Amino acid sequence: MSLICGRNINFSYTGGLILDDLSFAIDEAQVVAIIGPNGSGKTTLLKIINGILNPASGSILIENKDTRQWSRRELAKAVAIVPQENLSIFPFYAEEIVLMGRFPHLGNYSFEDKKDYRIVHEAMEKTDTLAFAARRYDELSAGERQRVLIARALAQEPKILLLDESTAFLDLKHQAQFLSLLRQLNKEQKLTVVFVTHDINLASQHADRIILLYCGKNYAIGSPAEVITADNIKEVYDVDVLVDQNPQNGLPRMTLLT
Amino acid sequence: MISCWLFPRKLVITTKRERRITRIYRRVTLSRVLQTSALMLAIFLAICFISLTIGSVPIGIGRTFQSLLDVLTGGHSLSSQENLIIFSVRLPRIIFAGIVGASLSLGGVVFQALLRNPLADPYVLGISGGSALGAIIGILIGASSFYLGVPLLAFVGALATVFLVFIVSGGNRGALHDNSLLLSGVVVNAFFSAAILFFLSIANSMELHSITFWLMGDLSRASVQEIGVAAVCLLIVFVLLYRQALQLNLIVQGEETALQMGINVERSRQWILIVTSLITAVAVSLSGIIGFVGIMVPHMMRLVFGSDHRLLMPVSVLFGASFLAAADTVARVIVAPAELPVGVITALCGAPYFIFLLKRKGN
Repeated sequence: MSLICGRNINFSYTGGLILDDLSFAIDEAQVVAIIGPNGSGKTTLLKIINGILNPASGSILIENKDTRQWSRRELAKAVAIVPQENLSIFPFYAEEIVLMGRFPHLGNYSFEDKKDYRIVHEAMEKTDTLAFAARRYDELSAGERQRVLIARALAQEPKILLLDESTAFLDLKHQAQFLSLLRQLNKEQKLTVVFVTHDINLASQHADRIILLYCGKNYAIGSPAEVITADNIKEVYDVDVLVDQNPQNGLPRMTLLT
Repeated sequence: MISCWLFPRKLVITTKRERRITRIYRRVTLSRVLQTSALMLAIFLAICFISLTIGSVPIGIGRTFQSLLDVLTGGHSLSSQENLIIFSVRLPRIIFAGIVGASLSLGGVVFQALLRNPLADPYVLGISGGSALGAIIGILIGASSFYLGVPLLAFVGALATVFLVFIVSGGNRGALHDNSLLLSGVVVNAFFSAAILFFLSIANSMELHSITFWLMGDLSRASVQEIGVAAVCLLIVFVLLYRQALQLNLIVQGEETALQMGINVERSRQWILIVTSLITAVAVSLSGIIGFVGIMVPHMMRLVFGSDHRLLMPVSVLFGASFLAAADTVARVIVAPAELPVGVITALCGAPYFIFLLKRKGN
C-alpha cells in the first residue's frame, strides 16, 4: 500500500491550470524526485502533498487518509517541508528557527524541554549549523539559511520530508553532506523523501523514482533509467541532450548539447 | 545578574565614533520569562510608588510609604486629606495608566505579528479613530449625561471599525491578507479623520474642550468601576492571547510556514484579531487616543528581548504599563498646576524615537 497516493488531482490558480488530472503513488521509504520545466507544477504539487493547498478536485491520501481529513497538527507531525525561503519580518536567531520545528509536538502554553533541545541539537549537528546557532537568521547567507530550514524540518521528526530546491544554494561540500544525510535517514529511519529539483543528474543519481511533470501532467514516472531518456528530455524541455551511463553505478547521466 | 535579564545583548563600543551592538542569544525558557516578568513588574511598581509621591500637593516618600503600610496594619498616621489624595486621586489614575499602557502595548505586539508589519498598531488600523468618532458623536448628542454613555459609544465605534476594516479588506471572503487589512485601516482612518474634523467644526466651545482632551488622550476621567472593567478585560485577553504566543511566532514566519507547522492560520487570525480589537476598544473608549505606545513599546522590547512572543508579550505588557504610568506622571506635573493630555507626552517621546531608529538603520 502506498504511503502517498495522488488521485486525479486538479489545481489552478486564477488564470491557469497548474495540475491537470495528476495521479501518482509513492511508497514508504522511497526517495522520489520531481522534475519538470518552470511552471510545470512541481512546487504546487509539494504544497498539495503538504496540505498547504487543497486540490480543486481529486484527492491526496497519506497513509490512506485524505489530507483534508487529517488534523493540521497531526499532518505537521507526519510531513515536513523545506521551503525555498522563510520570510520573517522580525529578527529571530537560527536556533529559535529550528526550535519552531518542535511546534507540532508542543502544547499551547509549552516551553521546549530537554528532549526538544536534544532533538534540535541533533538536527543542527547533522546539518552543520551548530556553529551559527546563536546568530541571527536574517544575517546568514542563503546556503546557511537553507541548512537552518533543513534542520527545522528534521526537528519536526516527520515520516515524509518534502524538499523544494533545497540543494540550490548549497556549496558542493554541504550538498554532498546533505545528500548522504538523506540517504542515511532514508535507510535507518525509513524516511520518505520527495524532492523538487532542476538538476536532472542529481535526481538521476539520488532518487529511486522520478516523476517528470509537463504542463501539470505526469509525463513519465518510473526509475531513473526509464524517465531520463534523450527523447523524454527533448519532448519536455525542448533541448537536445546526450544521455549515457555513469561509469560508476550505471545510472543515466545527462549532458546538455549546445 | 539583573543586567543579564535586562540586557541580553552587550553594548560594545568599538571606536569613538562607531558603535556596534553585539547581540547575545539567550534561550527563552519558562524561568527566564518568569524572572524577566518579575523584574519588569518590580519596575512598574517602583514607578507607581514614585508617581504616588509626585503631584501638586507634595507627599514625601516616607509618608507615602507610611500610608501604604497603614493599609496593611490598619494604622492612621496620615491626615485624611493626604490619604484621599493618595488612594482616591493618584492611585486609581496611576493604575489606570498602567492598564491602558499595557492594553495598547499588547494590541501593538499582537497586531504587528498578525499583520507581519512592524508599523501596525491599534491607531494605524483605525480602531482608535473609530473609537474617537464614536465618542465625539456621543459628546455632541449629549451622551455624557448618561452613565457610561460616551465610553459605550466609543466602544461601539471601535468595534464597528474593526468590522468595517475587515469587510473593506475582503476579510469576509476568506483570505485575511496582511497588507490589504493595513491599507483598509489607513483608508478608514482617513475617512474618520475627515468626519472628526467635520464634527469639530460644528461643535461649540464647551464641547470642543472636552473633545480635544479626548482626542489627545486623557487618563483622568475614568471611574473606579471603569478601571475595574478594563483590568478584568486586560487579564482575560492576556491569558487568551498568551495561549497563542507560539502560534504568533510561526505566523510571523509567513502564512505557509504557519500552515505547514499545523496552525489553522485563517481561524487563528480571526480569533486573535477579534480578541485584540476588544481589548484596544476597551482601552481607547476609556482613555481617548494615545498614540505611539502601541508601536514604540513592542519595538523597544523586541530590540532588547528578541522576537519570541512567549517573552515579548509579558515584557511588552509590563513595560507598556510602566511607560504610560511614567508618561502620565510627567503630564500631570510638567505644566502644573495645569495638566497636559498624556497623548502629547507619548507623541513627544515617540516621534524622536522613530527618527533615532531610522537614523540607526540608515547607518
